[in-house]
Amino acid sequence: MTLRVTLRAKAPIPLDLTFAVGPGELLALVGPSGSGKTTTLRTIAGFWRPETARVEAAGITWLDTEAGVCLPTHRRRVGLVFQDYALFPHLTAAQNVATSLGDLPRGARLREAEQLLRRVHLDGLGHRRPADLSGGQKQRVALARALARRPDVLLLDEPFSAVDRATRERLYGEIIALRSDLEMPVVLVTHDVNEAQLLADRMLVIDRGRVVRDGTTAEVMADADALRAMGIREAAVMLPAMVAEHLDDGLTRLDAATGPLFLPRIDGAPGTGVRVRIMAHDVILSRARPQGLSAQNILGGTVTRIVPGAGPGVLVHVAVGDHEILARITRRAAADIGLQPGDPVHAILKSMSVARDHVARAADDGRQG
Amino acid sequence: MDWQALWLSLSLAAWTVAILLPVSILFGRLLATRTFRGKGVVEGLVMLPLVLPPTVFGFYLLVTLGRNSPFGAAWQGLFGHQLVFSFEGLVVASVIFNLPFAIQPAQRAFEAIPTSLREAAAASGLRPLSALLRIELPLAWPGVMTGMVLTFAHTLGEFGIVLMVGGSIPGETKTIAIAIYDRVQAFDMRSAATMSSVLVAISLFTIAATFALSARMGRRLDR
Repeated sequence: MTLRVTLRAKAPIPLDLTFAVGPGELLALVGPSGSGKTTTLRTIAGFWRPETARVEAAGITWLDTEAGVCLPTHRRRVGLVFQDYALFPHLTAAQNVATSLGDLPRGARLREAEQLLRRVHLDGLGHRRPADLSGGQKQRVALARALARRPDVLLLDEPFSAVDRATRERLYGEIIALRSDLEMPVVLVTHDVNEAQLLADRMLVIDRGRVVRDGTTAEVMADADALRAMGIREAAVMLPAMVAEHLDDGLTRLDAATGPLFLPRIDGAPGTGVRVRIMAHDVILSRARPQGLSAQNILGGTVTRIVPGAGPGVLVHVAVGDHEILARITRRAAADIGLQPGDPVHAILKSMSVARDHVARAADDGRQG
Repeated sequence: MDWQALWLSLSLAAWTVAILLPVSILFGRLLATRTFRGKGVVEGLVMLPLVLPPTVFGFYLLVTLGRNSPFGAAWQGLFGHQLVFSFEGLVVASVIFNLPFAIQPAQRAFEAIPTSLREAAAASGLRPLSALLRIELPLAWPGVMTGMVLTFAHTLGEFGIVLMVGGSIPGETKTIAIAIYDRVQAFDMRSAATMSSVLVAISLFTIAATFALSARMGRRLDR
C-alpha cells in the first residue's frame, strides 16, 4: 500500500517533485507558504490537476495525465482531514462519520460510526452536532470520518492549526497512538517544524515547488539546507524516553537511552513512552564531566561529526548510546576546547529549556524511536 | 369574489414554483460554484426582469412567443392552439419573469457553503448527486425556499406581463390581479376589496409559514 506521486506544473506555482510514501509511514510535507505543499495534497486528493502528474495509491492509478487517467475524488480511497474541520453542520457527529461508510449496508453504518468515534475517544458524543463540539472534538470527528473511508492514503492538511496549544498536544498524542494501527501511507502538511518532527517518520522539505531534502526526520533536522528552506535557524533531535517518576518539585524524571533526564512536569503515567525534542542551541558541550553546575541533564557521548555552518557557528553531532544529539556552538568555542570527531564529550541540557509541546507520547510499539 | 380567478392565480403560482425549483437549484449552484466565460453576461440576463418595466418585458414575450415567431409557430403546430393568450403561455412568461427571484437567493445560499465542505463530501466517497442531495441541498435549503416564496408571492401579484401575454380570458388567463383591476373598472369596489384582502391574507400566510419553517431549520443547524 504505497503512495507514489510525481508532479510537474507551471501554475499556480511552479512544481517539480517526486516522492513515495510507504505503508504505515508518516511523511511530513514541510516548507514555507507558497512552496507547493497544499497544491501537492490537493493533487493527491483529486481537487487539482496539474499539467503533468502521476498519482498511484495501493497499486491503483488515480491520476496519469499522459495516459489520460483521472479518477474523481469520490472514486479515490482517500481520507482527508481539513484545517477547518469541514464537518457537515447539519449532521450529527455520528452521521458525519457514517457519510464515509457508504460501502456498508445502511443499518450497519451508524453502529460502525459509533465504534470509530470510540476509537478517537468521543464515545457518547455521537448525537451532537458540530456546533456543540469543541475544536479538538471536531477534529477528532473529522479524523474518524477520514478513517471511516478506509482510505488507501490518509491526508492531513494542517490539521492542528485551528486549535489551541493544549488541545494540539492531546491531538498529537491521539495521532501517535492511532499510528500503530494504520497501514496506509499518511501525508501531513504542516508549516510547524516541531509538529513535523514530533509526528513524522520522514520529512519532505519543499521550497518553490522543488524538493530540498527528503529523508528521515533526524537527517532532515540536521541538514543545513533543509533548515534554511524551512526558515528556521535551529536544528533539533528527537530523543525517545520513558516517564520514570513525577517528582515533588514539579519535575518529571525520564529514563532515556542516554541516561536520566529531568524535565518540567510531563503528562503521562510512569512507563509511558515519550519523545523529547531537543534543540541544538539548548545544548552545551563540555570535555570534562562538569561539577557544581546548575544544569540537571548531563549526557556523556562521543563526537561523530562537526559541520561548519554559514555563520560563526558549527553543528556538533554527538553519539549518545544509540542516539544522536546535536549541539550548536560557536566555531571559536569548538576550537578552544579542541573538539575533534571521536572525542568523548558531555552534552549539557537545561531542564527548563524543553518546552512542553516539544514532548510527545510515543506509540506503544515504539516505531517512532 | 371571483373564485375562478383566484384558483387560476394559485395554480399559475404553483406551476411556476414547480418548474423553477429544479431550475433554481441547478442554475443557482452552477453560478455559485463555476467560473466560465460569459458568466457575467448570464448573470446580467437573469437579472434583466428586475429592471425592465413589466409591459416592456411582456411586449417582447408576446413577440417571442406569438404565432409569427418560430417558437410560437412550433407550439401551435404541436398543440393546435397558440401559446400566447393561453394558460401555458402565462406559465412560460411567469417562469422567465421569475428567474431572478428564484435563482438569486439559491445562488447566494450555494455560495455560502464553504468549498471544503464540497471537497469533504467528495472525499467521503459521495457521488456528485448524493453530495448535492445529502450535503449541499440541506444547507442551501433556506435560500432555495426564500426564492420559491418570492416567486409564489410575486406570481400572485403580477399584472402587467399577464395582461400583455395572456389578456383577460376568464378561466384561462384572467388572474386575481386582473380580476381586481376589472372590478375597479366596473366601479365594483366591494368585490375588489374582498379579493384584495384575500390576496393579502394568502401572501401573509405564505411568508409567515416560510419564516416559521426556516427558523426551525436554522435552529436545527445552530444547535
